[in-house]
Amino acid sequence: MTTHSDVEQARLTYALRLGDNALVLGQRLIELVAHHPELEEELANANISLDFIGQARLFYSCAGELEGRGRTEDDFAFLRDDGEFQNLLLLELPNGHFGDTIVRQVLFDSFYVLQLEALVSCTDAGIAEIAARAIKEVRYHLRHVSQWLIRLGDGTDESHARVSQSLLDLWRYTGEMFSGDLVDDCLRDACNGPDLARIQEQWHDNVSALLKEATLDMPEDGWMISGGRQGVHTEHMGFLIAQLQHEQRACPGASW
Amino acid sequence: MYTQGLDQAGSKPRRRDGLETDAQLAAFQARIDADEKIEAKDWMPEAYRRTLVRQISQHAHSEIIGMQPEGNWLTRAPTLRRKAILLAKVQDEAGHGLYLYSAAETLGVSRDQMVRDLLDGKAKYSSIFNYPTLTWADIGAIGWLVDGAAIMNQIPLCRCSFGPYARAMVRVCKEESFHQRQGYEIMLTLVRGNAKQKAMAQDAINRWWWPSLMMFGPNDEDSPHSAQSMKWKIKRFSNDALRQKFIDATVPQAEFLGLKMPDDKLEFDEQTGHYRFGEINWQEFYDVLAGNGPCNRQRMATRQQAQADGAWVREAASVYAEKQAARNAA
Repeated sequence: MTTHSDVEQARLTYALRLGDNALVLGQRLIELVAHHPELEEELANANISLDFIGQARLFYSCAGELEGRGRTEDDFAFLRDDGEFQNLLLLELPNGHFGDTIVRQVLFDSFYVLQLEALVSCTDAGIAEIAARAIKEVRYHLRHVSQWLIRLGDGTDESHARVSQSLLDLWRYTGEMFSGDLVDDCLRDACNGPDLARIQEQWHDNVSALLKEATLDMPEDGWMISGGRQGVHTEHMGFLIAQLQHEQRACPGASW
Repeated sequence: MYTQGLDQAGSKPRRRDGLETDAQLAAFQARIDADEKIEAKDWMPEAYRRTLVRQISQHAHSEIIGMQPEGNWLTRAPTLRRKAILLAKVQDEAGHGLYLYSAAETLGVSRDQMVRDLLDGKAKYSSIFNYPTLTWADIGAIGWLVDGAAIMNQIPLCRCSFGPYARAMVRVCKEESFHQRQGYEIMLTLVRGNAKQKAMAQDAINRWWWPSLMMFGPNDEDSPHSAQSMKWKIKRFSNDALRQKFIDATVPQAEFLGLKMPDDKLEFDEQTGHYRFGEINWQEFYDVLAGNGPCNRQRMATRQQAQADGAWVREAASVYAEKQAARNAA
């Protein structure tokens, strides 16, 4: 039976996971700043990363309020160990080449848009409010990266081959988006949260249509890797967190 | 950000014999003297056009290269708020680059050409960005000192005789002013922090103070093209005048922070109302300008790598555009 405190805990964990997804992906995209060959793309990437950092701040602040122990956005971002982060593994993967970055973003944003749409009608007012704001940003991101995927897929032989490989490499990380645990169940049942099975169907249809337009083959659903929800990460995560938390760990307790 | 040494590079523009009459030149100068704005399609002497192309493109390149030293701390910014602010600032710089390139394009040179010149090492950018950002305090020092120096240089450019440049500068200056304040606020927070943070702030000033002063370019007697730029009202104040103004404004700010500029000769002169300061190491300035600074090669290598890594992406985009055009035509 789901108790009141189970629901409270689920809402807190859910808000943290949303924050972790946004922060980890934002952190990865930030690594690309000043490395884009085209100025317009430089501006777009900075915009998108800024949106993710902004969303992370909102979700962490929301988590802090739900927890009620006075923890701030920075406590969640900088003072938890990597094993305490519960982001999707897909998001912590290194950026790779431009095609890898675009494919990662397309796969995740296609999911995130649906997740946020569902969260807008969630009964947790805090999460719903942030979702309503974030969805506008993420719809734009998805449009942007989809346009790129179409160009890379339907561009040259080389670009087609490159993004096809990116898709094959990253596909195994997509199953995790839909393999919910008790937290997802609880949010769905007690707070009118997202129904992952339904989202998976829609995601599959949307991604399939996009890939078709990009003249790319949709990979088969084979073995899927997961672990993010349990805090079991890839080898890459430790380095991401080490950089992220560098100053806070070097000067404990300082104000910045 | 600002590019110093604008009158360093390139050969002196020559008058186009037979194409520019004395009457044309006199009429042009009369417009300048009457404080009229010169617009892109107006007649202008070739030397004026070339001077502006060089200055505006160097300014644009500086914005783009300037993203690197600050970008170096984006992944390590100490709080999410600081990270978001720094990211917005670096994005502003990309935006400045974009409209400065556009302003230069009105003078008949393409952005592609300007970028090629940068990547080939033919074009210059501000030497200040060839210094490394070693600690978080450097981000504060860059905002406060480097952007502070940039504002001193750029406010007069809002009244520059060339309209598109002057108008671009109005917006750039508004954003730079915000950048400068965020830099000072980082420093203020650091000096109010623990001993390690205070030491970090002082160390940053020790490394950034002199290079910031060099941003105004050589002393007036060593700045040969300045007089012509002043006559054309591209430049409104001399290098030394702007440098003095910057020092006078900045030293009291350092005192408020409880930090010391690394100059034992720095002293307020009651009689003149200005600060006297020590000798700038011009050898260092010319060395960095010639490519021998701590990060010159690194900055260029990063840009060249980005350009090379993006080749297949640009090719894909243009092939896709061709395919689309063919489909639409069919």
